[in-house]
Amino acid sequence: MSKVIVVTSGKGGVGKTTSTASLGAALAQGGRRVCVVDFDVGLRNLDLVMGAERRVVFDFINVAQGDAKLSQALIRDKRIDTLYLLAASQTRDKDALTTEGVERVIGELRESFDYVLCDSPAGIERGALLAMRFADQAIVVANPEVSSVRDSDRIIGLLDSKTLRAERGEQMDKHLLLTRFDPARSNSGEMLTLDDVLEILSIPLLGVIPESKEILRASNLGAPVTMNASGGQAALAYLEAARRLRGETVPVAIPDEKKTFFTRLFGRRAA
Amino acid sequence: MNLFGFLKARGSAPVARERLQILLAHERVALGPRDLVTILRDELLATIARHIEFDPEKLSVKMERSDSVSTLEIDVEIPCDKFVSRTQASAA
Repeated sequence: MSKVIVVTSGKGGVGKTTSTASLGAALAQGGRRVCVVDFDVGLRNLDLVMGAERRVVFDFINVAQGDAKLSQALIRDKRIDTLYLLAASQTRDKDALTTEGVERVIGELRESFDYVLCDSPAGIERGALLAMRFADQAIVVANPEVSSVRDSDRIIGLLDSKTLRAERGEQMDKHLLLTRFDPARSNSGEMLTLDDVLEILSIPLLGVIPESKEILRASNLGAPVTMNASGGQAALAYLEAARRLRGETVPVAIPDEKKTFFTRLFGRRAA
Repeated sequence: MNLFGFLKARGSAPVARERLQILLAHERVALGPRDLVTILRDELLATIARHIEFDPEKLSVKMERSDSVSTLEIDVEIPCDKFVSRTQASAA
């Protein structure tokens, strides 16, 4: 069965696009058919992070408006052949996407893919609402930092009220992906801990991605970190998060973190 | 060296957590779906303010539920000099 997942955060710059690309690649590496969709009209970047920026001919808006077929706009990854990208338009006005157009394209994507990952634009405007509108599940990306956590809380409220699922009275599955986490600073009390963020947002955990040099290197090269620096901590964290998305039970290991007696004893709550 | 130094809060993260918890408690009420207590609070505020001058911050509405009985606790603090009904004052 096909799953549509929105990757959202409210705040910009927390790692939505990086996480969409990395989780998409990880799921596809596991053999699933995956399409990553950029909803950030006018400020597209998923193509760049995926290393496909020179291959975009038709985009999401062309398909939504009926000017191109979906098959013409889908860009197949050169490294993983079950991974596809639907790019956003860079030139069109952000109001060019209509609810009906998005619904039709998402419906078509559901027919061909196991996972459709929607990379939401920042903010709580139309673009972000459209990205979450038809999702079955949401990944809320947050940094352990006050403004990011506050905005995530706001986004969780919108996921519970402005999505099709919420309007039908159904439950929207939401999971936290904590990114740019620095275990040493968190341990020394300089940074919110994982438990702080989980307690405040009270949604289940999908994964913790450590702050890592691999991430910048991956976007420099246009290759999601899971393809690129296999074995690194960030890559491993994304690969494990992808397995949890697929429903496997994988304990959340926080690299380098000194385990307290209680976490060692009881482990951590995972999705 | 202070033997109990380890008990003191280290760093700024605990401050961040506390600030967030307080802020979000308010924002969830203001922006989220309105629960019964919030609706009651707003309507009580409007009703009381029609008759008595008082500080809206001093109204507390709590609801406690147990298996057999639920209680609604309304606590309004009114300064002595303000305890003159607006309707009486206008009639005088």
